[in-house]
Amino acid sequence: MIPGEFTYHRPSSVAEAVAILVSHGDEARPLSGGHSLIPMMKLRMAAPEHLVDLGGIADLKGISEDGGTITIGCMTTQHELIGSDLLADKLPIVRETSLLIADPQIRYMGTLGGNVANGDPGNDMPGLMQCLNATYVLTGPDGDRDVAARDFYEAAYFTALAPEEILTAVKIPVPPAGHGYAYEKLKRKVGDYATAAAAVVLTMNGGTVSSCSVALTNVADTPLYAADASTILTGSTLDDATVKNAVAAAEAITDPASDGRGPAEYRTKMAGIMMQRALARAAERASA
Amino acid sequence: MNDMTPTREQREAALEGMGCKRKRVEDVRFTQGKGQYVDDLKLPGMVFGDFVRSPYPHAKITKIDATEALKIPGVIAVLTAEDLKGVNLAWMPTLAGDVQMVLADGKVLYQNQEVAFVVAEDRYIADDAIQLVEVEYEELPVLVDPFKSMEPDAPVLRPDLEGKTEGAHGPRKHHNHIFNWEVGDKDETAKAFAEADVTINEMISYHRTHPSPLETCQCVASMDKVKGELTVWGTFQAPHVIRTVASLLSTIPEHKIHVIAPDIGGGFGNKVGAYPGYICSIVASIVTGVPVKWVEDRMENLSTTSFARDYHMTTEIAAKSDGTVTGLKVHVLADHGGFDACADPSKWPAGFFNIVTGSYDFPAAHLSVDGVYTNKAPGGVAYRCSFRVTEAAYCIERAMDVLAQKLGMDPADLRMKNFVKADQFPYQSALGWEYDSGDYHTAMQKAMDTIGYRELRAEQKAKQEAFKRGETREIMGIGVSFFTEIVGAGPSKNCDILGVAMFDSAEIRVHPTGSVISRMGTKSQGQGHETTWAQIIATEIGIPAADIMVEEGNTDTAPYGLGTYGSRSTPVAGAAIALAARKIRNKAQMIAAHMLEVSEYDLEWDIDGFQVKGNPEARKSMKEIAWAAYHAPPPNMEPGLEAVSYYDPPNMTYPFGAYFCVMDIDVDTGVATTRRFYALDDCGTRINPMIIEGQVHGGLTEAFAIAMGQEIRYDETGNVLGASFMDFFIPTAVETPHWETDHTVTPSPHHPIGAKGVGESPNVGGVPAFSNAVNDAFQFLGSTHIQMPHDSWRIWKAAKDLGAHG
Ligand SMILES: Cc1cc2nc3c(=O)[nH]c(=O)nc-3n(C[C@H](O)[C@H](O)[C@H](O)COP(=O)(O)OP(=O)(O)OC[C@H]3O[C@@H](n4cnc5c(N)ncnc54)[C@H](O)[C@@H]3O)c2cc1C
Repeated sequence: MIPGEFTYHRPSSVAEAVAILVSHGDEARPLSGGHSLIPMMKLRMAAPEHLVDLGGIADLKGISEDGGTITIGCMTTQHELIGSDLLADKLPIVRETSLLIADPQIRYMGTLGGNVANGDPGNDMPGLMQCLNATYVLTGPDGDRDVAARDFYEAAYFTALAPEEILTAVKIPVPPAGHGYAYEKLKRKVGDYATAAAAVVLTMNGGTVSSCSVALTNVADTPLYAADASTILTGSTLDDATVKNAVAAAEAITDPASDGRGPAEYRTKMAGIMMQRALARAAERASA
Repeated sequence: MNDMTPTREQREAALEGMGCKRKRVEDVRFTQGKGQYVDDLKLPGMVFGDFVRSPYPHAKITKIDATEALKIPGVIAVLTAEDLKGVNLAWMPTLAGDVQMVLADGKVLYQNQEVAFVVAEDRYIADDAIQLVEVEYEELPVLVDPFKSMEPDAPVLRPDLEGKTEGAHGPRKHHNHIFNWEVGDKDETAKAFAEADVTINEMISYHRTHPSPLETCQCVASMDKVKGELTVWGTFQAPHVIRTVASLLSTIPEHKIHVIAPDIGGGFGNKVGAYPGYICSIVASIVTGVPVKWVEDRMENLSTTSFARDYHMTTEIAAKSDGTVTGLKVHVLADHGGFDACADPSKWPAGFFNIVTGSYDFPAAHLSVDGVYTNKAPGGVAYRCSFRVTEAAYCIERAMDVLAQKLGMDPADLRMKNFVKADQFPYQSALGWEYDSGDYHTAMQKAMDTIGYRELRAEQKAKQEAFKRGETREIMGIGVSFFTEIVGAGPSKNCDILGVAMFDSAEIRVHPTGSVISRMGTKSQGQGHETTWAQIIATEIGIPAADIMVEEGNTDTAPYGLGTYGSRSTPVAGAAIALAARKIRNKAQMIAAHMLEVSEYDLEWDIDGFQVKGNPEARKSMKEIAWAAYHAPPPNMEPGLEAVSYYDPPNMTYPFGAYFCVMDIDVDTGVATTRRFYALDDCGTRINPMIIEGQVHGGLTEAFAIAMGQEIRYDETGNVLGASFMDFFIPTAVETPHWETDHTVTPSPHHPIGAKGVGESPNVGGVPAFSNAVNDAFQFLGSTHIQMPHDSWRIWKAAKDLGAHG
């Protein structure tokens, strides 16, 4: 439970941080809240020789809205997401999800950037960002590039992020006013990663689903955008048969690990149940 | 009387004696972060030890090379079994009569076993060096399933025992067999089964778990080579025993060993035994001549020091058709891991498991326990229970429910029918115990009335109908548990640890000004002894508890005692305290008689002093008497006011209780929610009701954890899973149910103050209440027994197997 030796850097600008990453390549890692990275280092499952603490870069914090897009700086903590009036108003599902992450102590430290960049399938924000069709801004030596959350994740801990890049911001298109939403998470206890979780955002029009987006957490080695399920549900009245079809389509793309949370079979079924419950709650919340 | 003279009530209240909800005095430092734990200790020149551990569960070790590790600046030494052999410490005796490797001697028997001990200037360097110690392993076939341990071709785990057909507890019938222990009358029991109207037979498993105290095991060993004295500070529930063992093993004379247990952050049985970390630190300090600190991390604690349970109990009950039980037959397969390091009194290889007849009047019973080796960590400690009592209580309480189901009887009614009756005490059980006192019917009735038992059953029935009609996906379970504990080990006639009888002790010194210091052979790990011991003394000698300091844990100053575990402190040390206090009171009476110039027979005790019978104005307070004891003692009397008492209990004490759990279960996710939990405890005389309640809350929380998911799991290849708090279930305030507590009082007839001990009752009674609730919920779907732990996926699986998912 003691990490290997490392050098600690605390740059004050993104450019400086990127320069440090460039000069040390694979041996360097950005440090945000440290609540995923430091446990891994203590287990010596990660042993970076250089830690680049992003905490001294003021530009990386903050939540703002501009022309239908909400931009959240990577160093915004989960606690700050919960406290944001803008998010509560425009993207209440972010608050709902944040409240289901770990416990207050961890949320004071853990950041949105760290949560989505980490690449751990257990993290809750990646699935949510896929559901919301968010875009990540990656800043490297050659400037910024945008990658859709739905294209970012390759395998557990493997993402589109290059070693010399920093995920500086997350851009989320604001869903229409009156949209329904829900994040349902089954976990063993407070502070646990999901056995299975589902994010749903939808809009309704006269009892019919006019748009729908479903994503799943921790039931594969990446978050899962449930494209087929979303398509099946769109245009439906959420009748039992359609929901059943959509759940089956979502379950079909899962490939969970068997672990202390339960065998794969259970976790797949729980993904379906969470999705079903999220759908029901989202529909209830949506204005007709 | 003038207005300033306190009333009797005021004098009584000022003592804060027995029965008072006195606030815990130790919490003043604990809640301010001012406790002094082992890891707070910093000695000049102190270095750190840490273990190289085996990644394999079963392997031969062909080579250990520390060359590279020793090159790291700051690395002082790397100890292996070969080094320990030089001081005859490569192996150590266990409390259960087995021997255990301190460091791997040629092979390893479980994952994370201690292979080498790295000593370095700081913890960081030690951990770096661990990565560089090269160990070559040759993997051996792994034995995980205890049911396969005695197959003819099962791998040989313990070549050191080759050819040994006799173990510490009789014949061994296989190379992986440790012992067989039989109690009861086999023929009588067989007869009961032959004549029975109804029988049940169920294999009831109690899975492997771990006490997981907040503070892990740790020590600092410091050898003073000039004086030839060894001081060891450590997380010891039984410091005196540790000193004796250390002396026997090291050949350092006992008076030159100082064992000190400072504040301890929870023990629950985890800190009873001796571990390789202690031995290696001592040897390393002897070798280096500087103090050596060893501190386990969480994973090491969970995966290597002292698991609990792992009992597989095939249970049969014979009964008449009216529900009267006539016979009990239990066979236990006990998985001990690689070494039998069970913490039991020497003569009891399966602890007091023969309390398995529980609260019921079984005319005949027979018990047989087989202990076996597997490739798992050793231990088998009593995790917040008297030795193997929680296993026994779970076994009988689950089995009674299975019987009730088969008979179509209500489980509470079946228990009522078979309880030992109040007028049967002292009661001789079929498996050899003499229950001291109890009134089970009264306790059960009070519990049933308070919780509204019949109404709950009606509600459950309505819910079951609604479930069958498809109107709800939720089902409801009512868990009934009525346990009898056996605590206070124990009488010298049947209890010893490595030959030392299991008495306990107290020393009380009253100072001239009437304040007191007292020391005991026990050691609190959070139980609140500093508070409650003072309350006993306060009531007995009339000095306010606030003026009484209690000290434990330093073998140089405290009288010899066997320590704190198995709920033994109050039954044993509590009695010693009362008796030592009475010696003081007797002497005080003589002094008071001298002061008042009357015969001591003319005096009577009144709250906080002696008064002349019929003339209460003529009195001397204990404070005045204390001064006189040092200032002007009666002629021919030794001055001073001190006493020591060693107490060998005549019998165990038998606390009991009635617990009810109401649970709602979401069949689709397997999530179980405890709606209500009611715990009625009878621990005899209640010393501090608030501390009792706190103990019950804590024990119930552990019981909840164990029943609902807390588990040390192994995969088929022997990898230990769940050895971190990510997987090992420690409930937070969010998951923990609300506890309703209640009590009856049936004092122990043989204990000086009638107290029985309560710390472990809630764990013992709580586990069956939770498990019975889950099982009860599924009965109407055709289930008879679902194994623990009842985490969500297993409940979901049970529901699925019963066809509840459509
Ligand atoms: C007990 C516990 C329970 C938890 N439970 C949950 C849970 O239920 N759900 C959940 O979602 N999370 C959970 N977490 C994780 C927590 O939310 C973390 O804070 C989060 O995963 C990582 O954020 P961080 O800011 O701490 O990142 P860090 O730990 O600092 O970094 C994580 C990884 O991302 C990289 N990184 C960090 N920031 C950037 C960046 N801006 N650009 C590029 N790479 C970056 C780091 O190099 C590292 O590899 C839990 C953590 C703990 C300790």
